[in-house]
Amino acid sequence: MDQPCPLSALPRNAPATVAGVEWSRLAPPEARRLRELGFDEGVGVEVLHKTTLGKGPIACRIGRMTVAMRRSVAAAIQVRPIQAAE
Amino acid sequence: MHGTPLVALVGNPNAGKSALFNALTGARQKVGNYPGVTVERHSGRLALNDGRPVELVDLPGAYSLEPSSPDERVTRDFVTGKQEGERLPDALVVVMDAANLDNHLRFALQLIALGLPVVIALNMIDLAERDGLSLDPAVLERELGVPVIPTVAVRRRGLEELKDKLGEIVGRGTAERLRGSQDHVSGDIVALQRRARALSAAATKSETPVRKWTNILDSVALHPVVGPFFLAVLMFVMFQAVFAWAQAPMDAITAGFTWLEGEVRATLPDGVLRSLISDGVIAGVGAVLVFLPQILILFFFILILEASGYMVRAAFLMDRLMSHAGLSGRAFIPLLSSFACAVPGIMATRSIEDEQDRLTTILIAPLMTCSARLPVYTIIIGAFIPTTQVLPGIGLQGLVLFALYVLGIVGAFVVALVLRKTVTSGTSSGFMMEMPKYQWPRLRDLGLGLWQRAIIFLKRAGTTIAFTTIVLWALLSFPKAPEGSPISPVNYSIAGRIANGVEVVVRPIGFNRDIALALIPAMAAREVAVAAIGTVYAIDNPEAESGQKAMTENLKKHWSLPTALAFLMWFVFAPQCISTIAVTRRETNGWKWPLFMVGYLFALAYVAAGATYWLAIAFGL
Repeated sequence: MDQPCPLSALPRNAPATVAGVEWSRLAPPEARRLRELGFDEGVGVEVLHKTTLGKGPIACRIGRMTVAMRRSVAAAIQVRPIQAAE
Repeated sequence: MHGTPLVALVGNPNAGKSALFNALTGARQKVGNYPGVTVERHSGRLALNDGRPVELVDLPGAYSLEPSSPDERVTRDFVTGKQEGERLPDALVVVMDAANLDNHLRFALQLIALGLPVVIALNMIDLAERDGLSLDPAVLERELGVPVIPTVAVRRRGLEELKDKLGEIVGRGTAERLRGSQDHVSGDIVALQRRARALSAAATKSETPVRKWTNILDSVALHPVVGPFFLAVLMFVMFQAVFAWAQAPMDAITAGFTWLEGEVRATLPDGVLRSLISDGVIAGVGAVLVFLPQILILFFFILILEASGYMVRAAFLMDRLMSHAGLSGRAFIPLLSSFACAVPGIMATRSIEDEQDRLTTILIAPLMTCSARLPVYTIIIGAFIPTTQVLPGIGLQGLVLFALYVLGIVGAFVVALVLRKTVTSGTSSGFMMEMPKYQWPRLRDLGLGLWQRAIIFLKRAGTTIAFTTIVLWALLSFPKAPEGSPISPVNYSIAGRIANGVEVVVRPIGFNRDIALALIPAMAAREVAVAAIGTVYAIDNPEAESGQKAMTENLKKHWSLPTALAFLMWFVFAPQCISTIAVTRRETNGWKWPLFMVGYLFALAYVAAGATYWLAIAFGL
């Protein structure tokens, strides 16, 4: 199995699962909202869109939802890429 | 016990709650405010199938019972019976997006745990099916222990069944005692979330992955190059429309009120009553109505952008830029709208969820150069700035006008940064939001939304604007100069006396008494400053061809260049608009923030105008 990497570093359209969230890196309201949006270990996640030049927010699919977040938040979410079946 | 049973419509944002509310209540809606907050209370009457009426309240969308915004706090307090001035609802209609059960079921579980009678509307079931999802409501019903009705609010599917079930649960007599203690309310989000996912999996009969429309559209709308370009085009069209489309109806309204004034003047005998009606009441009401075209056109676009789901995408694209000022992408459209007029712009800040973000946006909105400043800029620039060409095709006059716009924007960004570090500091929720699916806006919902905006503006802001216009009239008209007095009526009035005081204050920044006097009526609307200066120099119609020439000549005679530059600078910053102050009071629910806004803007204007004046003198202009 692949090593976890931050969600912010995941390439677009590469399916992954949430490996864990570094809650301490997030402001309490951000952390709560993230939980409410369903970020939890084992949930499927995928980066759908990134804004220009690697600085703006990203949009990702979590479960059946699409969520936009700033890159600093995405950096606190560790994900494990799912290897495409050989 | 109480007359009509109270039913609350509650659910996640983007569950299609408002569409369901509109479908259930039609046009029989009331929009009010919850006490002490700017959260709107939408309620309507609904006749159950057995003929009994119930009051249906559409609660703000929430993710959980642990509030992170004033909206969510109202929702929590309402369903737990703690909302001031409200009773505990007799039943809840929990609305869920059928295509997003994983997430929406969690909030539903929390709500069911409260112990109130509940019926679930499994909404937008058609879209879920289109996305290749096949659900079994019976499984949900069994697992949750409450009735589950599949609905499609926009096609009125499932509404009768929903009303039937509602009739059954409301008829059960008094609501059970609230089982919910604090542990139910807070709960463990993660545990609930896991239970929700398991339930959702159990209720899903089959799931075929289909290429979703939303994804295809987003690959264009959020494309790093095409996306911003498309947004720019869209904003240009919107901006043009607010300016151009509104012009004809605004002119018509102005003409209508001018005609009415003329009629009154012709009919009534000269005197205080005639002056009160024509210059006070009619001018006051006209000052309010003239904003309506811009407000309606702007909200026509905003409601479409919101209903279609594009608004969040626009915020997504602009977030990076806005974050430099400590704001979120959500602030972009209200601020852009403020270039037309800060009044609709400030009203548009309602789409900003975070309270501190919203407040900051409201406070800097008046710094965007609104269309009312344009006539003032044009006259002064025309009179004092030479028509030299700086570069081929770029004139000095245009450059100065452009610089004034840029100055407003730069000022706004700096102010936002300072405010964010001081008065509106605090942990913001940043920028994290759900991106809803794209949807066609419904004409009916659009119409209702526009109607409600218009009513809110006329009732709340309108009364203040009309009132202050009348007060201003009184200040400019009383006391009457005695017959044959050499002093002009305006100079003799209270406003004229105030101008004496104002002059002392503004003399250090290069303003003469004429300007001090013109600033007073300009509080009603900035463009009035031009007419007011015209009055001082006894020019009948400063905007007519000959009038403008006379105006230019007179300005050159009475003002120095440093004074003119200081005057321009003053108008970049000064809160010369009572309507903006009134709408800020309305949107922040009190006098604290509008007073703060007026204070800092006047201070800024004073310093900027003074600095300009003295620098200009130092440079020998």
